[in-house]
Amino acid sequence: MGPISSLTVFPEWLDLLIAFLIGTGFGFSLEQAGFSSSRKLAGMFYGYDTTVIKVFFTAAIVALIGSQLLSYFGLLDLTKVFVNEYYVAASIVGGVIMGAGFIMGGFCPGTGLSAMSIGKIDAMVFFIGGLTGAFLFAETYPMIQNLANGYYRGPVKINEALGISPGLFTLLLIVAAVFMFWLSEAAEKRFARPDITEEL
Amino acid sequence: MKNRYMNPYLAGTMLGIVLLLAMFISGRGLGASGGIKYCVVSIVGAIDRPHAESSPYYSKYFEDGKKPLKNWLSLEILGLVAGGFISGAISKRLKFKIEKSPKISNTRRLIFAFLGGVFFVYGGQLARGCTSGAALSGMAVLSVAGFVTMMAIFGSAYLFAWFFRNNWI
Repeated sequence: MGPISSLTVFPEWLDLLIAFLIGTGFGFSLEQAGFSSSRKLAGMFYGYDTTVIKVFFTAAIVALIGSQLLSYFGLLDLTKVFVNEYYVAASIVGGVIMGAGFIMGGFCPGTGLSAMSIGKIDAMVFFIGGLTGAFLFAETYPMIQNLANGYYRGPVKINEALGISPGLFTLLLIVAAVFMFWLSEAAEKRFARPDITEEL
Repeated sequence: MKNRYMNPYLAGTMLGIVLLLAMFISGRGLGASGGIKYCVVSIVGAIDRPHAESSPYYSKYFEDGKKPLKNWLSLEILGLVAGGFISGAISKRLKFKIEKSPKISNTRRLIFAFLGGVFFVYGGQLARGCTSGAALSGMAVLSVAGFVTMMAIFGSAYLFAWFFRNNWI
């Protein structure tokens, strides 16, 4: 029963090789989706290009359904898969700061790296900015650590918080996603900017 | 002649399968901003080792002779760059370019690209993950943190979108 890493200790070289290969699949998918273009990414927030929401939710749902099916058939132990921990203030404040960074920079770290790889100079500068941001965080850590470490709630899951089964929540999420996809297709027609989308 | 981008639902499916593989093989999701952090830690360690070792923030990455670039996440982001390059090469999208609205100058675009990076990774450090590590991977394991971070990122970007519209449209 997976995860395979819980059944056997990979030699370090293999663990790192697996990470590299998974990263390659990640970067390949992002670039194929068009996320190597900042103007395409930014389009999500002006309506002319909603690729972000389509790719994001499709990927989340595929992984969600896939992992739950594997768990159901006894092939994956979900309790051994990392669940990120919830620090209320840090999640919200960090998210808001990231949103500002997204609309200013036109990238997030993953998409920025994929764009950098094909020659986008704005992505390279975004990356340098990213290094600076991480440096700033590290150097000012004592000032921000209370915010970063406060309101700890542990690795709580949404279905636990709502008191419903994972399967039911997944179903609700699929319904919500389909609705968002429909809205997105409509938005692309309403806010179309062929001058931008043709050039991308 | 350059190829069109892949259908988003297909690309999303591919991405979802990659994420699923990470969960099944390595028991974790994807990430990106964490890899950038390791780059900084490594650079600081190389330039000013005493500072790194005496700092409560940096020192944990050097304990027991650990190397900040020899871990799952650092190799994953190296792969990210490789994968993006392969995709760009296959689809004939390799080109040095600054993308922006024609209404603004290259300099202005690059200033905002830099600031965007500063804000994004700083915020990502606070939220312990970016759109890949916290939001996407978090959603796939149904974490509340992932869900909340995702909504905060998107909500915030929409809120600020009007102020930066001239850079894009």
